[in-house]
Amino acid sequence: MATSYNTIIKDGLWDNNPAFVQLLGLCPLLAVTGTAINGLGLGLATLLVLVSSNVTVSLIRNIVRPEIRIPAFMMIIASFVTAIELLMNAFLHDLYMILGIFIPLIVTNCSILARAEAFASRNRVSYALTDGLMMGLGFTFALLAIGGLREILGHGTLFQGAHLMFGQQAEWLTITLIDDYRGFLLAILPPGAFIGLGLLIALKNVIDKKLAQPIAQPVISEVPATN
Amino acid sequence: MINSSPFTHKSINLPFFMGAVVITLLPALFTYIWFFGWGIAVHMLIGITTALITETIMLKLRHRPVKPFIADNSAIITAVLLAFCIPPFAPWWITVIGVAFAMIFGKHLYGGLGYNPFNPAMLGYAMLLISFPVEMTAWTAPVQMFENAPNLINTLQIILSSSILDPVLFDAITMATPLDTLKTQLGLEQDLMTILKEPIFGVMAGKGWEWINVAVLAGGCLLMLKKIINWHIPVAVLGSLFIMSGIFYLIDPQTYISPVLHLFSGAAMLGAFYIATDPVTASTTVKGRLIFGAGIGILTYTIRTWGGYPDAIAFAVLLMNMATPMIDYYTQPRVFGHDGEKQ
Repeated sequence: MATSYNTIIKDGLWDNNPAFVQLLGLCPLLAVTGTAINGLGLGLATLLVLVSSNVTVSLIRNIVRPEIRIPAFMMIIASFVTAIELLMNAFLHDLYMILGIFIPLIVTNCSILARAEAFASRNRVSYALTDGLMMGLGFTFALLAIGGLREILGHGTLFQGAHLMFGQQAEWLTITLIDDYRGFLLAILPPGAFIGLGLLIALKNVIDKKLAQPIAQPVISEVPATN
Repeated sequence: MINSSPFTHKSINLPFFMGAVVITLLPALFTYIWFFGWGIAVHMLIGITTALITETIMLKLRHRPVKPFIADNSAIITAVLLAFCIPPFAPWWITVIGVAFAMIFGKHLYGGLGYNPFNPAMLGYAMLLISFPVEMTAWTAPVQMFENAPNLINTLQIILSSSILDPVLFDAITMATPLDTLKTQLGLEQDLMTILKEPIFGVMAGKGWEWINVAVLAGGCLLMLKKIINWHIPVAVLGSLFIMSGIFYLIDPQTYISPVLHLFSGAAMLGAFYIATDPVTASTTVKGRLIFGAGIGILTYTIRTWGGYPDAIAFAVLLMNMATPMIDYYTQPRVFGHDGEKQ
C-alpha cells in the first residue's frame, strides 16, 4: 500500500470520511448534533482522542503482541478519553454538562478503534499522527455540518451557545438567521438527525459524481418510463 | 423481479381509481365546509398546487417523464387526504411543508409511486403533528356554534397571514376536538356522562365530526360497492375498533368511550376507507388485508385510549405500513399444484 500524506489527508477529510463514508461513530453523531456548537465540541474531543491514541498505538506497535493488541488499544483509548473528560469537566464545564454521557462514550466510538487497528498499528508515527488528525477533522466537520443544518432548521440560529465553548467574548458568533422563527421540531428530534445525515451523504455523493464526470457533457438520452 | 403477491392481477386503471377516490370524498368535503367553514377548501387548493409543483420538480430531477406520472392523480390524492387532517385555520405554510414532505420524503426518495413503504399523506401528517404541535392542534368548534363565523374572505386572511393571529378572533374560534376533550376530561377523573353533555357533542359523537364521518362512510361504501376498494381492510379496521371499544365499554361504561363514539370520531372513517386502503402501502393478500386492518383498528383504540395523542389513525397506519412486508410474507396464498403445509 503506497501511503502518502496526500492520500491520508484526502481519505480522512473526504474520500473515506468516518461519518459520511464509513458511517462509524453514528451514536454521538446522531445524538449530540442538535446545535452546531454541541457537534463541534464533541467533534474536537473525538479529534483529540483520535490523535493521541493513533500516536500511542503507532509508538507501541512493535512491542505489543498481536494476540492482546485489542485490549491494549482499548486501554489506551479509554485512558485518553478519561483525560479529555476530566479536562472538559474542569475547563468547559457547561459544555460538559450538555454533552454528558456522550463524552465517556467516545471510548466506544468504533471509528477510533478502527483507525488504531487498521492504520496506526501498521504505520509509522508521522503517518499515524496525520491520519488521526485528518480523520478527526473529517469527523468534526461532519458533526459541525449536521449540527449546523439541524440548528438552522430547528432553531433558526447558528452557533447558539458559542460562549459555552469559547468563553463570553465569543457571544458574537451566535447568528440569528431568521427572526421570530417558530422552530421546526422534527429537525431537533432524533428523526431529524437521521434525515439530515441521509441528506448530507446524498449531497456528498452528488458532489463526487460531479467531480468524477468528464468535462465534456455526454448527451443525456430520454429515459423510458418503465419501472 | 420479485413482486409481492398476488402474482397475477388485473391492471388497475390508476387515474380512474384516484379520480373515483376524490369524487366519493366530495360529500365529506361539503359536510366539512358546512360545519367548519372554508378553511379546508383553501388548504386543499394550496395542497394540490404544492403537490403538483413538487411532483413535477421531483420527476424532472429524477429524469422521469412528467406527464404520465402527473396524470395518475396520486399527488392530488395525497394533498386531498392531508387537507382533511389539517386544522381549517392553520397557516398556509403548514400545508405546503406537509405536502412537500409527503411528496419528496414519503414518495420520491423511495423511488416514486409504488415503491413507497409508508402512506405519504400520513407521513406528512405525522411530521406536521410532531414538528408544529401548536398549529396542528388549533382545531375549531363547528361554525354553527359561534355568532360571527369567519366567511371565505376572513378565512383566507387568517390562513394567508403568516403573523400570529388576532388573538381575540382566534381565541373565539379555537377549541379542543371532541376526542381531545374526552381525553383531558377523563384524565381529570370526570364522569363520562357529564363530559358528553358539553355543547361540542352531538347525537352520536362530536358535533359536526359525526356527520363528516357519516359522509365519509357513504362515500367509502360507494367505493366498496363499485369494487374500487376491497371490503377487507375497511371492515377489519372498523370491526376491530368496534370490538375493542365494545369490550372495554361493557367492562366500564363510565370511563371507556362507547364504540359508536369511537367509530364516528376523528379520522376513523377516513382512515378505514381512504387511508388504510392505499393500494401501495397496504397488505396485498386477502388474509393479510384482514390482519393489516385489524392491526390499525387495535392500535388506533390503544393509542386513543392510553396513548399521548387524542387521535391515532395516522400513527396506526404508519406502524402497520411497517409490518406490511412481514404480513405479506406470512400470508402468501397456496399456489395451485403445490403442497400447502410442509409435511
